[in-house]
Formats: sequence, C-alpha cells, structure tokens
Amino acid sequence: MTCWETIGAYAFRSLGYGERLLPRTDFTLCQQFTLIGSGLIWNVYFGVVALLFGFVLANAIAFAKASHNPIARKPAEWFIFLFRGSPLFIQFFLAYEALQLLPRAGIDVFGVTVQTAWTTKAWAGALFVLFLNTAAYSAEIFHGALRSIPKGDLEAAEAYGLTGFAKFRRIQWPTMLRLAWPAYTNEAIFLFHSTTLVFFSGFPAFQQRGDALYYASYFADKTFNPFIPYPIVAGYFIILTLLLIWLMGRINTRLNRHLPSNLSGKIRLRPQLIR
Amino acid sequence: MFEFCADPKSLEGLSWLSCYLTSGKHLNMYWAFGTVLLLLAVTAPIAMLFGFFGAMAARSQFFALRLIGKGYTGMVRGVPDIVFFLFFVIALDQGIEYIMHLIRCPDWVEPVRNGLEFRVCPQAKVPLGSAPQTVHQFYGFMLAVLTFALVFGAFAANVLYGAMQAVPRAQLETAEAYGLSPSQVFRRVLVPQMWVYALPGLSNLWLILIKATPLLFLLGVQDIVYWARELGGAKTQAFDYPHPDWRLYYFMALLVFYLGFTRLSEIVLNRIAARLAKGQATAAGEAMRKAGI
Repeated sequence: MTCWETIGAYAFRSLGYGERLLPRTDFTLCQQFTLIGSGLIWNVYFGVVALLFGFVLANAIAFAKASHNPIARKPAEWFIFLFRGSPLFIQFFLAYEALQLLPRAGIDVFGVTVQTAWTTKAWAGALFVLFLNTAAYSAEIFHGALRSIPKGDLEAAEAYGLTGFAKFRRIQWPTMLRLAWPAYTNEAIFLFHSTTLVFFSGFPAFQQRGDALYYASYFADKTFNPFIPYPIVAGYFIILTLLLIWLMGRINTRLNRHLPSNLSGKIRLRPQLIR
Repeated sequence: MFEFCADPKSLEGLSWLSCYLTSGKHLNMYWAFGTVLLLLAVTAPIAMLFGFFGAMAARSQFFALRLIGKGYTGMVRGVPDIVFFLFFVIALDQGIEYIMHLIRCPDWVEPVRNGLEFRVCPQAKVPLGSAPQTVHQFYGFMLAVLTFALVFGAFAANVLYGAMQAVPRAQLETAEAYGLSPSQVFRRVLVPQMWVYALPGLSNLWLILIKATPLLFLLGVQDIVYWARELGGAKTQAFDYPHPDWRLYYFMALLVFYLGFTRLSEIVLNRIAARLAKGQATAAGEAMRKAGI
C-alpha cells in the first residue's frame, strides 16, 4: 500500500469512514502519522466545542460568583470548587457511570420518549464533562479579571452616565476579557491537552474510533516501541498549540486595539497543567 | 474481619454493610489510598530536587548546561502530560532493561530490537521473571514515582526558575559588593529569598500533583481508581457479597476524597503563604503590616 492509499483508507478512520480493520503487521510510518492524525479530529472537536460553549457558561458563572447575592454566589462557588478541586480523570469516570444509570429505553416525558443511549457515547458525554470543566476553570479566571478591573475605569464610566447594563456591556465585560485573555489562552491550551484523557477514562472507544492518543498507544502496544507514536502525538499537539496561540493572539490584539502598542500584553506560552 | 462475617449470605442491613466494607479486597483499597499518599510524599521532594537542578542548569553560564536546563523546562510545554506519562514508563522500562542487558549479557548476539519485539536476555529482565509479585509491584510503583518526578520536576523547574529571576537584582548585587563568591551569593542570598516568590507556583503545582494521582491507574499501579472499578462492578451470586453495579458510589467516594484533600491542602498552603509573606517587602506583606498582624 502506498502512502497515498493509506491516507485515503485511514484519514477518517476515527469517524468510522474508510478501512475498517486497523493495520496489524508491517506498521509503516505513514500509517502511524495518518491514523494518529485521524484521531486528532476528535481532540479538535472536543476542544473547540467545549471551549465555545464553556466560554458562555464561564461568563455567567464568573458574574454569579462576583454577585453580592448569596443565592447566586454560593452555587457558583461550589460549582467552581467541585470541578477545579477534583481530577478530570475522576470526573470522566463518575459522569460515565452516572450516565449509564439512565434507563436504556429512554425517558418518557409527557408522552414523548427522550432517547438516552447517546449520552453514554464519548461525543456527547465526554464533551459535557469537558464543557463543565472548562467552564469552571475559565470562570475562575474571568472572576479574577473582573476583580482586577481598574477602579478608575468604572468611575469614569459612571461619570459619563453609563450605568447598569450599558456599563457592563461597554466597559466591564470588554475590560474583563482583555485582562483575562492571556490566562484564558493558557486555559484553552490545557483544555486541548486534557482532551487526550477522554478515551483513557470511562468512555470507551466505539469500534476503535479513538483520539490521537488512543491510536498512539495502539501502535506502542503492538510494536513495543514508544519512540515513534508518542513523539508523533507530541508533534501534532505542538502544531495544534501553536495554531491556538496564533488564533488567541489575534483575538488578543483585537481586544487591546485601543491601547498604545507597548502596553498591550503579549501572550506567552506558560507551562501547562494537569486537571 | 469481624466474627459474625463468617457467613455473609445470612447477613442483612448494617451488619452486612460493615462486613462488606471490611472485606479483604476493601482493606486492599484502603491501603491503595495509602499508596496515593505515599506517592505524593515520595514524588514531591524528588520532583523539587529535579526542578531545583533544572532551574540551576537553565541559569547556568555554560551553554551546554543551559541548553539541557531549558530543554527540560520547555519539555512539558505544548505537549499533553499524559503523553509523557505513557511514554516515559515504557521508555524508562526499556532503557533500564537495555542497560542491564549490556552489563549482564555482553556476549548476547541477537539484536535487542528484533523487528517488532524488544527482547533482552532473561538475566536482564527487571525485575527478574522469578521475582515474587511484591517485587513487581514495587518496581511498578518506583517507575511511576520516577515518571511523576520527571514530569513534575519540569513544572517545578519552571516555577523555581521564575522565582530565582524574581529575586530583586539589588539584593544579589549587594551580596557581590560584600565580596561573596557566586556560589555563596546563590546559597546565602538567592535561595533563601526565592521561596516567597516560588510559593504560589509551588502550591499550585502541589494541587495539580494531587489531581494527577489517578493517572497512576494508567501506569498499571493498583491504585484507588483500579480498586473502585474492581470492587464497584456488579457482583453475581457467586461472590460472597453480591450487589449490582456500584461503581458510581465508589467514584463518588474518590471524588469526596480528592475534594477534601484539595481543601485541606489549600488551607495549609494559605497558612504557609501568610507565614512567608510576613515582613517581606511585597504587597501581601504590606497588607499584613497595615492590618497589624
């Protein structure tokens, strides 16, 4: 099989298209690159969707935590503590077991049967966990940024007659985003890295449709040689991280466009963390 | 464990539960909590040591040493750590066996990496195939400790490097003006002062280390995740204590364990931070002075 044929057969293997059987003998570099790259589709999917939805929830939770009303503040604080205080690994296991408890046949709501089988699949269940997890971490970042908005900015807004929602929309929220963005970029990077945990914890890979690390460990197990597949995953992730930094950097420039160029903070890649 | 547990099938209610929770396998699970704590206790100092030397190397005057230090600290950036966890364990295992192979079987002719297989002579197996089970478990645990220490050492090196850079330059210059040699400046001025800057990063790292311990499971150690899956799974009537799938409750218990441990660590670390900040010329120290503590 030439390399082009391999790419044709395995490029979308992780989504269930193309060749069904994974290679068993005579592993070539091309196969490893193609299959691991194919698995990367899942990582990108989990990362992008969780980030997009997580961003919205994180904003809501950050403002709830900053609220003076304990009815809003307490649940937000507990939510953040719950998801930041426990390992993502355990959260995946717990979510999988909890979702398994839902009745297989579906739940009857006013005569309409709601299917539940899909919730135990990784694309939905794991995504849900990642979404809540990133929402908690980002909410903490946004909350910190919200507290460090310069007092003068808010006073100036009030001096110009901006109050309530107008003040929030024009001053508070953009400033919060601007201050939080470098830290939020790091959070986005960690999130992409933690997507590798999905098929290692709880959610099984259905018909060997796994993510990048799933295929890498498949090759490492079969060839007893970790020195090729894992560096390939590492390489793919470095590229992904650089792309993400570039994209977030563009947004950062846009958020800081009104500042003199020497003041706008450059985003630096910080060491990443485990959840 | 208790005498009335001799016939589990006849028990009911609380006595059943007390017998169930003290069965041999459950005691193993409680020991596994000890394993996790032991891992933390062993890994943290080793990782600190790795981090310290990594940071020292990254600050070194020699280009080669600096390259190693920077490479080590840069290693964990951009790549998911779980990749390192999976990679290092196999790589370390094979590396150790290969060295043993070179020492013990110098006249072995077959290539070690034969096609798809990694094959060393039987005397070079670590631990030896004839070794008892506990030795295998111990070896696995030590491999896990070393892997954790390597990865977290890189994190710690980052933090300590930053802390060393954060010590005010004037302090070091003053020490130099008093005629202290570079190593004396390092030992007597830089290192004692850097901790207050390193603490936020290090306490963050400690919390991350706690949350990384379930990865032990991936490294093949029989840790709490392993036992939670093992014990929680549905048990048929063939077992002494039959029950449906209880893994949810077991994972719930693990979650509570981790949340409690995180909370406890946060409280202790806040105390240490307050202690270190006292009398320092930082914002936190100034706030304490104003509050009159």
